Amino acid sequence: MNNMIVLPMVIPILTAILLVFLRRRIRIQKWLSIGSLLLTIGISIFLLNQIQTEGILRLDFGGWKPPFGILFVADSFSMLLVLTTSIVSAVCLLYAFYSLDEKLEKLFIYPFIFFMIAGVHGSFLTGDLFNLYVCFEVMLLASYILAAIGGTKKQLRESIKYIAINVLSSWLFLVAIAYLYGTLGTLNMAHLSYRIAEVGQTPILTVISILFLVVFSLKAGLLLYFWLPGAYSAPPTAIAALFGALLTKVGIYSLFRIFTLLFYHEPAITHTIIGVMAGLTLIAGSIGAIAFKDLRQIISFNVVIAVGFILVGLAVSTAVSIEGSIYYLIHDMVVKGLLFLLGGTIIALTGTARIDKMSGLIGNYPLLGWLFLIVTLSLAGVPPLSGFIGKVLVGKGAIDTGHYLLTALAIISSIFVLYSLLRVFLNSFWGETIIQIEDEMPLRKGLIIPCLLLTVGTIGLGFGTEYLAPYVRDAAHTLTNPHIYIEAILEGKIP
Amino acid sequence: METLMIILAGILVMIATYLFLSKNLIRVILGSAILSHAAHLLIMTMGGLKTGSVPIIGEKPLAYTDALPQALILTSIVIGFAVTALFLVLAYRTHRKLGTDNLAQLRGTHDE
Repeated sequence: MNNMIVLPMVIPILTAILLVFLRRRIRIQKWLSIGSLLLTIGISIFLLNQIQTEGILRLDFGGWKPPFGILFVADSFSMLLVLTTSIVSAVCLLYAFYSLDEKLEKLFIYPFIFFMIAGVHGSFLTGDLFNLYVCFEVMLLASYILAAIGGTKKQLRESIKYIAINVLSSWLFLVAIAYLYGTLGTLNMAHLSYRIAEVGQTPILTVISILFLVVFSLKAGLLLYFWLPGAYSAPPTAIAALFGALLTKVGIYSLFRIFTLLFYHEPAITHTIIGVMAGLTLIAGSIGAIAFKDLRQIISFNVVIAVGFILVGLAVSTAVSIEGSIYYLIHDMVVKGLLFLLGGTIIALTGTARIDKMSGLIGNYPLLGWLFLIVTLSLAGVPPLSGFIGKVLVGKGAIDTGHYLLTALAIISSIFVLYSLLRVFLNSFWGETIIQIEDEMPLRKGLIIPCLLLTVGTIGLGFGTEYLAPYVRDAAHTLTNPHIYIEAILEGKIP
Repeated sequence: METLMIILAGILVMIATYLFLSKNLIRVILGSAILSHAAHLLIMTMGGLKTGSVPIIGEKPLAYTDALPQALILTSIVIGFAVTALFLVLAYRTHRKLGTDNLAQLRGTHDE
């Protein structure tokens, strides 16, 4: 029992409500929002360390013992993601402070960002399936508005499609919950896991698990990613960075929870399907990443490739590969945020998103160029940077269990990532300088400092893997041994 | 009774899928509303339709109906209502700004 677990969700909600009343006081809004995120970061670090000493923490709302009440559960996996989310969103907010124009800032954009963060944190922390649905909807409703805010033609067009596909996937989520409740009669995740283990994973439960797979694949962009490139290329840069860093990761988190905690008894069926989907995602994402000349499309397809890569770790499902996936998930949140911010900055400076129309930017903006090179290398998984350890561990896990084809696809996809981003780098930064010194738009400090912070993050993650290792190992240990989770929740008293 | 309700939910899903695949934006929104009706009926049915009293303690019957699915539906009705309202307003705004409600014309050009 620890009442602090609820704070990562409550602080953003309270902040958002407070910001609604401060509509015209932009300066106070900015200070308040950064302050509350720093507080959330501090609390997450504290909780993460407390989990190491005390094991999984849980909070039963209203004192109702599980499985009868709703509860929040904090294990290392969810707390690591909550911490990364808070850090990345704090940096994206810093970028938003300098890049958004005042008209948007007065349209309640900061409150909606905080509602979205609250939904993301709630999804990571909840221990109840229907509460997960509600947290998803909190996150999605805020993201619908953030996708459309400003109301340009492109945003309206893309947000219509984004809402339509998410209404459909939320409907499927409800249907899956209804079937699961009808079969097992409970919604608490630990209790569900216990009951599934008790009756064995019957064919009907496997079908329901595949329904869940479809739902979360739609949310995460695993194979069913067709809505993603459009929706992520329409909104303003800071918002797109938040989307790219957070939204698909919640789907990935849910896939990991569902298939390590609930439906782990028939890996020959479910995990094989995940493996096939992950492989196809890697192929399709790689093709998309090199097919376009639009910078935003290239970046969006890189999100798709990363989703496929992380899910390879789940398909293999050994302790090593899941550890690799967790490293890569954390790395990817930081680096995708950085990639979107850099891409948006380049587009804002050159006034075009097409890479064949830009050239020689390194002469004007050397710092931006070198940051882009670092993010390219980090995404490809070059050793001193953060993408390396995740790729190695996922690859090792896949080879150990004989998934050679998936290993090959995962490694080849890294080459495609490297190629697609180096193509951007060579086209836009190398070559003849086309922007004259006198027409050069100054690169404002406010835009480059957030990028620098995230670059420090990716380098720090690469060098500081040792410090992160105990937390990640604990997270992977809990994921591969679901009975630890069940015992922490139900305390051996099965009703 | 359950069989009948499931057939009804299936018919609703059929209609909703048909509407969802049409080119008119309003029909898509209507489809999404019908989809959520189907989901709510399904949750109600999966909770069991055995006869019992309304779940209010003062009644003192032998058995109550299951109260949990009703709470779930109440929550999801509100969420569905909010999403539909937002979707409708956005459709109106899109129609005002782009001058079309035909989804085939909402493709956009390669380069804007």
